[in-house]
Amino acid sequence: MTVTVTTAGPLPTGDGPGSTDGPGDGTYDVTVVGAGVVGAAIARELAGHRLRTALVEASDDVGNGTSKANTAILHTGFDAVPGSLEGRLVREGHELLAAYAARTGIPVERVGALLVAWDDEQLATLPGLLAKAARNGYHAARLIGAQELREREPHLGPGALGALEVPDESIICPWTTPLAFATQAVRAGVHLHLNCRVRGIAGDAGGHTLSTSRGPLRTRYLVNAAGLYADEVDRLLGHEEFTVTPRRGQLIVFDKLARGLVDHILLPVPTAAGKGVLVAPTVFGNVLLGPTSEDLDDRTATGSTAEGLHLLREKGRRIVPALLDEEVTAVYAGLRAGTGQEDYRIRDHPGRRYVTVGGIRSTGLTASMAIARHVTGLLAGIGLDLGDRHDLPELTMPNLGEAFPRPYLRADLIARDPAYGTLVCHCEHVTLGEIRDAFSATLPPHSPDGLRRRTRARGGRCQGFYCGAAVRALFEGGRA
Amino acid sequence: MTRTARRVDVLIVGAGPAGLAAGAELAAAGAGHVEILEREAEAGGVPRHCLHGGFGGGRTGAGPQGPLGTPARTYARGGTSGPAYARQSVAAAVRAGAALRTGVTVTGWAGPRTVETTGPAGLERITATAVVLATGARERPRSARLIPGTRPAGVYTTGELQQAVHLHGQWVGTRAVVVGDEPVAHAAVATLRAAGVHVVAMVTDRPSAPLRVRRPGLPLLTGATVTALTGRTRLSGVELRRDDGRTTILRCDTVVLTGDFVPEHELARRGGLTLDPGTRGPAYDAAFRTSQPGVFAVGNLLHAVERADVAAREGRAVAVSVLHRLSGTELPTAPGRPLVVDAPLRWIAPNVTGPYGERPAGGRFVLRTARRLPRPRFLVSQGDRELHRQRLLVPAVPGRPFHLAAEWLDRVDPHGPPVRITVPGR
Repeated sequence: MTVTVTTAGPLPTGDGPGSTDGPGDGTYDVTVVGAGVVGAAIARELAGHRLRTALVEASDDVGNGTSKANTAILHTGFDAVPGSLEGRLVREGHELLAAYAARTGIPVERVGALLVAWDDEQLATLPGLLAKAARNGYHAARLIGAQELREREPHLGPGALGALEVPDESIICPWTTPLAFATQAVRAGVHLHLNCRVRGIAGDAGGHTLSTSRGPLRTRYLVNAAGLYADEVDRLLGHEEFTVTPRRGQLIVFDKLARGLVDHILLPVPTAAGKGVLVAPTVFGNVLLGPTSEDLDDRTATGSTAEGLHLLREKGRRIVPALLDEEVTAVYAGLRAGTGQEDYRIRDHPGRRYVTVGGIRSTGLTASMAIARHVTGLLAGIGLDLGDRHDLPELTMPNLGEAFPRPYLRADLIARDPAYGTLVCHCEHVTLGEIRDAFSATLPPHSPDGLRRRTRARGGRCQGFYCGAAVRALFEGGRA
Repeated sequence: MTRTARRVDVLIVGAGPAGLAAGAELAAAGAGHVEILEREAEAGGVPRHCLHGGFGGGRTGAGPQGPLGTPARTYARGGTSGPAYARQSVAAAVRAGAALRTGVTVTGWAGPRTVETTGPAGLERITATAVVLATGARERPRSARLIPGTRPAGVYTTGELQQAVHLHGQWVGTRAVVVGDEPVAHAAVATLRAAGVHVVAMVTDRPSAPLRVRRPGLPLLTGATVTALTGRTRLSGVELRRDDGRTTILRCDTVVLTGDFVPEHELARRGGLTLDPGTRGPAYDAAFRTSQPGVFAVGNLLHAVERADVAAREGRAVAVSVLHRLSGTELPTAPGRPLVVDAPLRWIAPNVTGPYGERPAGGRFVLRTARRLPRPRFLVSQGDRELHRQRLLVPAVPGRPFHLAAEWLDRVDPHGPPVRITVPGR
């Protein structure tokens, strides 16, 4: 099967392989706008049908917006609003993604969460949250007292009174997930067009003509998974249904030497002000502190601020005091797409051959596969003939997770190829073999950050003091 | 998962100035199989990418020299260049008979003196009678310094900058701001200029000082804190707040964050070695013993950045202790008393008293201060017992070592509380 991934130049026609219906005039059956974790999941789901599908993305990589900068938690949905679409899709998505991750090698660790009560009022809230979890169909949660909490989490700050334990909350790799979806999609014939910003949409009876930064694209059906820009794409079609308000979350990543301080995802008890600041391990072996929650109007404001970092450190000092003595490896900020509604805004437009997938916030990673199924159902409901469903070829992703054997620890791999025994990035133990593999992968990186999200190279505590120039040399050589 | 198990007499981790000097000295002294492991493809450590002069005069006192930086007054004068110094150090170790293996990374511990390694030839488990950690130091990057703002390209530490320019010939930018004013910052300026980059300014949050070294054509902004970096894909500016509250943005596409060295202590920590809270390196005594019997530490791992000849001197000095261990004449380990400092002092090295009152090299301790102290007085005490008073005749300034005599060591009560070094009235 030929793989079509384009990054520049005029868009090719949509005469994709495997197409049996449609006019065969260069028109795609479905085009998904936005290759974040949700758009990539939708494209992957569509790839399991005989359709000519395009996935178009404004930036140079998949998962490059909200998806790359979240808290990387695989949620159970225990705390969702019962009866909401989000609640249902998170619950279904948890099962789907956990199973998919196990099949493809996406790192997941079921570390469990503890919602820690720090005062009597919070403690009194916990039974209600337990009942809410049950209403969401989650029955494994339980209340634990101060002593057990202390035994489970010995580095917790003083004054914790008790907790709600949610044993199935997990941590997941936020970078490998959209990459796996998109890789599988394009291997199954989906066309991925990067650096392709949608600027206008003209509709007619047969479908839509998108004018993009790389020329026109014709499609019968359209899915808007544009994340922070979903409202703008919606408006290009004349809809005025919602406005995206970017809500910034700043996060601090602590060094791997801090990993021993935290055994669970430590969640605050939610208040009217939001979900609050958490402390959580990452699958890369670090510890995450964040996020802040700031409503902004600039959709590009992914910078950190002195106030934000100060606030996080104050909160973190309360939760795990020893964390603050550890070195900081990274600081980043992500923007979630708030829409003024505490639920996803997923809607079909029957007369328009169009589905909007808006307002997907931090739960979108967990829910992505369930959203994809839901959206595919909506497309069928508004007239798209899906045809037979077939299984996608299996996929194995390179392992970035610290809890699973990485190449530098594998004698078998090194014996076959010494490049897996040649360490380039020392802090993260990234080998020459992995970097080389990234460049020959179905979706190679187009930036040093893209390489980091595929290999962890340059993502460690030294941030390039030791390896930066060598990694850059490999990047420039790998692209040549 | 197959690992080759081997035994050596001495295993040295890190082939920079300290590790190579230790290897050379030990091999020459007939310590048996002395093996030096270096994770980089080429041995020599940081001097490999310090293209300036000033290295290699250590024993004859030809002038200060430094990893990454070198005091400005000797810049490009005297001694030899970093790469030449690195080559000489490597040659000396190999000539003495040490087995030097590059491209081999110690990834963890499998026992008190057993390490696990990864290299192109496979995985190993190496057990040694004595392990010498010489893993060096690195500069704190932007993230660890919690500098807010966007995350554009064009942000360097001196180490990365020097490697980019001197080892890889990479393009680094057109207009640069250098943050810091210690010797290493001047080395960064020289590297930038060698790469054809215009250096807009040198910036430091420290107040202006009368004896500050100034370079012609290089504005020095004192009392200026970096409050943010701006720019989308590429850096567009460095935002500063001056002591008087004014804010400025310096337009540039490159920023170099210099100094602020921390020991590369991962291996020491993962091995369960006690760390000193001041240096953040392993706690150690004058014989370079750590809290783990048979595990020694030398060089910039102990105290972050000192000159290459200081690191090499420690490497040579550790040989005595290691040879005692190999021959079974090592003094039994007894708990040393920690030496602790109060602010504004940052650290003291060595920071543990030896069980038998050993004196540090040259009979003196090395200290650093967080702020300038003109003619400071020091008080050494243990509990309410005063051990020593000393006055410094020159100012103690941040980023430069100063020294404290060690003659009070034999008055330390080996069972008493920690020994405290303070600057009374500060």
